[in-house]
Amino acid sequence: MDRALRRKIANQAFVIICTGAALVALAALALIMFSLLTKGVGGVDLMLFTADTPAPDSPGGLRNAIIGSILMCGVAMMIAVVIGVLAGTWLAEIGGNTPYGHVVRFLNDVLLSAPSILIGLFVYWWVVVPMGGFSGWAGAIALGIIATPIVTRTTEDILNLQPNALREAGMALGASQWVTVRSIIWKAAGAGMLTGGLLGFARISGETAPLLFTALNNQFLSFDMSKPFASLPGAIYPFAMSPYETWNTLAWAGALLITLAVLGVNILGRWLARDKDHK
Amino acid sequence: MSLQSARHPDPVDPIFRGLAFAAATTLLLTLGGLIVALMIGGWPAISKFGFGFLTSSTWNPVTEVYGAAGPIVGTLITAVLSLTIALPIAVCVSVFLTQYCPKQIAQPVSTAIELLAGIPSIVYGMWGLFVFAPWFARTVQLPILTSLDPESFWGKLLAGVPNGANIFTASIVLAIMILPYMSAVFRELFRSIPPQVREAAFGLGCTSYEVVGSVLIPYVKKGMIGVVMLGFGRALGETMAVTFIIGNSHRFPDSLFASGSTLASTIANEFNEASGVHLASLIALGLVLFLITFTVLAIARALLSSQRY
Repeated sequence: MDRALRRKIANQAFVIICTGAALVALAALALIMFSLLTKGVGGVDLMLFTADTPAPDSPGGLRNAIIGSILMCGVAMMIAVVIGVLAGTWLAEIGGNTPYGHVVRFLNDVLLSAPSILIGLFVYWWVVVPMGGFSGWAGAIALGIIATPIVTRTTEDILNLQPNALREAGMALGASQWVTVRSIIWKAAGAGMLTGGLLGFARISGETAPLLFTALNNQFLSFDMSKPFASLPGAIYPFAMSPYETWNTLAWAGALLITLAVLGVNILGRWLARDKDHK
Repeated sequence: MSLQSARHPDPVDPIFRGLAFAAATTLLLTLGGLIVALMIGGWPAISKFGFGFLTSSTWNPVTEVYGAAGPIVGTLITAVLSLTIALPIAVCVSVFLTQYCPKQIAQPVSTAIELLAGIPSIVYGMWGLFVFAPWFARTVQLPILTSLDPESFWGKLLAGVPNGANIFTASIVLAIMILPYMSAVFRELFRSIPPQVREAAFGLGCTSYEVVGSVLIPYVKKGMIGVVMLGFGRALGETMAVTFIIGNSHRFPDSLFASGSTLASTIANEFNEASGVHLASLIALGLVLFLITFTVLAIARALLSSQRY
């Protein structure tokens, strides 16, 4: 076979393999979404949102778990936004180029990719054991620790994208660094920082492992975050593993809810970021 | 970028800098506290079993003897196997999206793949347990079991109870989980290559296969190794999906279709029933997991930061 033909065939084969790989990847992911929809939609009804998690083989919903998840993620995001925005601002505006800044940035990257179950162990040791029991606060702290590095990272990246002219403008007006950062830099970077927050929120709303031994679970509706606390992933895990069909159905419905929430928040974040780009 | 107005000192400035510094330090303290917690919590097990903790595969809550070899090997096998499956597919997907795919569909397809990277791992776990594992047991595992001689090499490698819950299926589900993430970062890497590099190669008369294989991939090689390590790190620490599918047995895994366990799945499964040395052993497993992932991540970060994209 002559060389040109051989190269042509190799090239064609490569294009076909690459296209095939993309199709395989999309097919696998489509299959997961398909299962989620077919098995989950049947369990979605009004009761899902108005009743608490039931005993085996009796009707019920996920009200306590949904409310628990929202509360814990809300508290977690407050922790993550306060620490993450300040730490990201410190890295971008104040000390990012010092040796200490490089250490902090590296450790933030490590925390960003550290297995979430280790964060659970950390909070178990420093919060659950001293406080004497599983609690919603412990769960919220664990989720907060997972979201903080995401917010830190995106805040730093977005602030670095802001033109230096903005900082010079602030200085030229005689504004202090605090005023410059607060009224000019943060304002200019607002949409991007919000995106970081939303990505962090999307990440923690499906987290299960760190909740297993921080918030544990609760079969009843509760607003007392110093007690064991319900969450959607915390309800799905035992329900999916159980032999009861009603529980399995609820687990699939819950999985569908979480996935839709995560995808929705992700899309919202992207949309906000894109809106900013076009300005 | 530190800008200060010398003539008009603002009393809030030092407070702002102090708070920002404190927040940055919190991150440092968190990681420090994580290591301290794992060391103190795991110490009773480490001091009792010594180095044997890493090499023994006994895991017996009744006699209170614990060894981490089974979960360690399970973790490494599943992570390596999932990477072996996901890596070529991820490279091909990102090549397709950046080189061959028509522009109009490249963006929606990329976005779809990136969005799927956000699906919670518990959902992958449920899909693996209820949909994938039964299908795999029926259509792949059972025919293999009945057609192979159990004494042959392949028979031993693929032995196991055909229930679909084993190391191999866990690795496949892990591969599906890390695939979107890896292909998204690969795509960014390929996009970072200056167009002149591609054009020059095409100008020399290369086919697109040759451009990708001999020019583009070597151009981003370091970054690609970094991405592979990050994907490896994810697979090592993934908990819920694996806990659902791997079968949770503490035996030393002796075949691909045997049930096994990983460090993370063992912790997730047993933590709430554990106390005393059992609890300490589980925390020591966490320490082992931390050390492995920390090493992998440190290498990945070093490789990725040496090639900014």
